[in-house]
Order: sequence, then C-alpha cells, then structure tokens
Amino acid sequence: MSTTRAAPPGRTGRPPGGPRPATRMSWRDRLHRFDLRYVPYLLVAPFFLLFLVFGLFPLIYNGVVSLRHYRLDDPTLTGWAGFDNFARLFTDSDFWNALYNTLGIFVLSTVPQLFLALVLASLLNRKLRAQTWWRVGFLVPYVTPLVASTLVFGVFFSRDHGLANWALQTLGLGDPAAPIDWRASKPAAWTAIATMVNWKWIGYNALLYLAAMQSIPRDVYEASALDGAGAWRQLWRITVPMIQPVVIFTVVLSTIGGFQLFTEPMLFELNSQAATGGSNGEWQSIAQLIYKVGWKDLNLGYAAAMSWALFLIILVVAGFNSWLTSRFSGGRR
Amino acid sequence: MTAPTRAPQRTRRARYAAMGRAPQETPAGVGTYLLLAVSMLFAAFPLYWMFVIATSTDDALAQIPPTVVPGSQFLVNIEEVFSSQDVFFAAGLINSFVVSTVVTASVLFFSSLAGFAFAKLRFRGSRVLMLIVIITLTVPNQLGVVALYIVMGELGWNGTLLAVIVPGLVTAFGVFYMRQFIVNTVPDELIESARVDGASTMRVYWSIALPALRPAMAVLGLLTFVATWNDYQWPLITLGGTDFPTSMVAVSDLAAGNYVVYRRVLAGAFVATVPLLVMLVIGGRQIVRGIMEGALKS
Repeated sequence: MSTTRAAPPGRTGRPPGGPRPATRMSWRDRLHRFDLRYVPYLLVAPFFLLFLVFGLFPLIYNGVVSLRHYRLDDPTLTGWAGFDNFARLFTDSDFWNALYNTLGIFVLSTVPQLFLALVLASLLNRKLRAQTWWRVGFLVPYVTPLVASTLVFGVFFSRDHGLANWALQTLGLGDPAAPIDWRASKPAAWTAIATMVNWKWIGYNALLYLAAMQSIPRDVYEASALDGAGAWRQLWRITVPMIQPVVIFTVVLSTIGGFQLFTEPMLFELNSQAATGGSNGEWQSIAQLIYKVGWKDLNLGYAAAMSWALFLIILVVAGFNSWLTSRFSGGRR
Repeated sequence: MTAPTRAPQRTRRARYAAMGRAPQETPAGVGTYLLLAVSMLFAAFPLYWMFVIATSTDDALAQIPPTVVPGSQFLVNIEEVFSSQDVFFAAGLINSFVVSTVVTASVLFFSSLAGFAFAKLRFRGSRVLMLIVIITLTVPNQLGVVALYIVMGELGWNGTLLAVIVPGLVTAFGVFYMRQFIVNTVPDELIESARVDGASTMRVYWSIALPALRPAMAVLGLLTFVATWNDYQWPLITLGGTDFPTSMVAVSDLAAGNYVVYRRVLAGAFVATVPLLVMLVIGGRQIVRGIMEGALKS
C-alpha cells in the first residue's frame, strides 16, 4: 500500500495489462517495494550488528566467564566454577577496599564538580563579550587527553617539589617541614584524584547547564520577580529548579563515569604499570582492580565476576542518586 | 559593602533580578569577568605547565619556587621521547591518527544512514529499535571488557588495530544525534517530492539528507575524533606491551618503570595533546554547539 503512495503516479496508475510492459513494470515494482520495505533495515543494520557482536554479546558472555575458571596463564584450567568467583568477592579485602576508594573519590569529585559547574554556568549565563571564546576556553580540560592531564597532576602532587605543596605552603596552609605526601594516605590521594576529575569535567557540565538555563522561558523570571533578591538567590530559587532534568542527567552521567574511574588512578602511580593504586592500595579503584586481576594476575574469570558486581553497583547508585537529586533540587517550591 | 567599587554594581544586578529580568539579558559586570578569568586560569594552567616542563631541564622541576617560564630544551626532550626504548612513540602517533580517522569517518557514515532511516523512513519496528538505541546509550560498555578481550582473542585481533577500530565503527550516540538532527532539519515535503520524482531511498539520503547534515557531521566528527584519540583503557588492554600502541598507551609507557623522567613524559604528553588543541581552535564553536544541543535533547 505504501508503494502506491510514494511511487510516481504516472506508472502505478497504469493498468497491469499489456504483456511486455507488465513484466518490466513488475520487476521495477519489486525493486521499488524492496527499496521501501527492506532498505530501512539495511540502513540501521550496521549499528545493531556491531552492538550485538561487540556490545551485547560481551556483556552477556561476561556473565558466563564469571561462572567459569578462566586463567590466561593456565589454559588447561577450565570448567564451571559455579559461584566460586562471586563468593570470593565477599571475602576479598582488595575488592572492598577498591569499592571504598571508588565511593570516596566519587563523592569528593561529584559534589564540588556539579556545584562549581552550576556557578560557572550562571556566570556564563550573562550578556558576555566574546561569548563563544569563553565557552570554548572552558572546554580545554575536556579535550585534553586524560592520560596527559593525569600525568601533569601527578607531578603537581609530588611530595618534594610539587606545585600543590608549594601553593599550600605559600598560602600558609602547609608546613614546609612536613610536606603532604599525596600518595601515602587515603584522604590525600583521594583529594588529588578528585581534583583531576573535577578539573576535567567542570567546564563540560557547565555547558550542559548553560544550555538548559538559556532555554528557560524569560517570562518565568518576570513572573517571579523576587523582592530585592540578588542574582545568587535568583540562581537557587528559579534557575536550578527549572533545569532539574539536566542536573539529574549530569548526576547519572558522573555516577556512571565515577564508578568506572580508571585512567586517573592508573597514572597517578609513580610506575604507570603497577596497577596497585598505591603501596597499600590507598587509591585503587574498582576498574583498576579489574584490570589488575584480569591482566596482571591473569584471572579473567574473577575479573568478569567483579565487572558484574560493578555493573550492579552502578545501577543501584545511579538510581539512588537520581532519586536523591530529584528530591532535593525540585522540592524547594 | 566594604569595597566601594563593587557596591553599585551589586545593587544594579539585584535591581535587574528584582525587575524579573532573565540573567542572559543582564550584561556581565566586572566581577563576573574577573571570576571567569580566574576560572579560565585554573582551566588552562595544567596545560601551560605541561608545556613548561616539556621544555625544561631536570633542574627546573626541583626548583622552589617553581619555574613558570618555558625553557629551551623542547627539541632535546622530544628527541628523547621519540628514541625512548620500548615506547614506540612515533608508531603510536601514526596509529592514533589512523584509528581516529577511520573510526570518525565510519561513525559519520553509518550513524547518518541509520539516523536518516529512524528519522524519515517508515518501517515496522522502528520505534522499538530506536528505543534499543537509546537504552544502549546508557550501558557502560566498559563493563564487558573482559569478555570483549576473549572475543577479540578468538578473532585473533588482540594486539592489532582492528581490536581498537572495529568496536567503535558506529555508536549509539552517533545514531541518536543524527536522528535528532535530521528530524528537525530535513522537511518531509522535500523527501515526498523527491519520491514522487522516482528517487530511491539511497538517492534521497545522498542528495537531500546528506547536504543538510553538514553541520551535524562537523559536530559529531569532532566529538568522535577527540573521544577516540583520548581512549586509554581498552587500547591499553589489547595493545599494551606490543610494539604497536596508540599514542595514549605510548605516553603512559613513558611513565612506566622505576626511574621516570618527567620532562620526557610531559613532552610526549604535550605532543599527543597538540592535535586536539588544534581541533579545539578550529572547531571549538562546533564542539560547544554539539555539547549544548546534546544537553537539551537528553
């Protein structure tokens, strides 16, 4: 039916009479029908094919691997492990330590990141000269390779000649006699890594917020003119509740990103190949631990089980966070 | 209150807000520019400092207070980067160019095809299929990395560029982005009239959709190139330890071992960053637009 609608009227209007044109027509018709009916599937097929093979299948197969013995150094050791790998998770102090680190760094990075992004966005949300260039400028951290910026911050946060300690001491906040060893304790290492994450994503999130802020209808501000309220109050009373969906979106994004934290903890190490996250795992993240278990300890089965656990944790935390955010950013009025 | 220069400005801003004027119509005051400039300093400083160390001698790092002026050793450091043993920096740069270019071209082609089909063609199941695309957007594919490695092993692709290129050839984000763009910019009437003239689906794609897509292509192309160039975890897993890394793996190899020379590491990091800075300067406008449009659609 759809064939007749879009086909050239002159041809389909012709009665299917004469013998020679009919065979020619029907061949054309068939081609045309194929074009309308099946070509759309051909156009979307590459995505689904690729996703099936390299996206969905690995995700499911990951579950199979997690139930098996699978070691890269011992191909003879195969067979079902049942839930051994998962049972081991519960008593593995490395795993709980990594989970603790990941959560800690996540909190230290997400909260200031989104708050500062809001402030930056509201600064950008004015009539500005060279508006585009301000926006582009704040994307410098976003395009800078994480590998490169992490290595720079790694030097910033060195104990003896690092810029971070020097700046703190210059401001009178640090003791020159006992400089902070950023790689020796959890709070220090977490702060260092959270700083890298914040630096990378504040500008990007600010642009997301800015886009939402600019789509707020202007009469909202007119309608709710606050008596004598300054720009700061306007931001928290009108703007933030209005852009709530985007705020939730960024919270989910940074949850997903935060729990997969890999490059920063890897390259914060003095030896980038160690994958231990500090001499006592001070800042080892889950993704980093998965890498270590899979490709340093060569136990892919156990690494797969960890990936599944991480997946579940992300689901739960992302759900919880978006619920929390919607409670707090919208419930004001 | 104590600073006399700021008082009048603050009251003016308060007055605008009280009048119910939207912030984006309020001209920025000196304070806003000042805060923005300070933030910009923080955003740009690590990059600048990377360059300072990349051009300096070992002594510069040990100085207190730290040097903030570039040195003159850049060429020496770069030479050391390229001749570092077991790092394969030149190969890494070339590989990154190959991978990023191929992936970007392919993402543009396949995403625009699929996006066109989802936006303008009627076919059974298109809604469900589009929903699947949107769901896959939120699945962190990193979680399947162990199994992906095994799959690549079965294919014999581990340690080759195929392992890095093929999984990225078309992305859910690309399909989604293209679809949104085509829905809004290509009028249905134009397609209908082309159909009446007997144009095939591919013909409509080629001569109607594609020309209208150029701005979206620029945005998606830039975002894809940047993301592919910067990818680290998967390339490290599949290419790490081979003499055929991407530039990111090569840079991280510079920082491996017990004795790390930071001027060398950061010189390498700087070289691997330059292509992206060039892209930001050329296509910054498009990247900004892409990110901001993406925010509204999600």
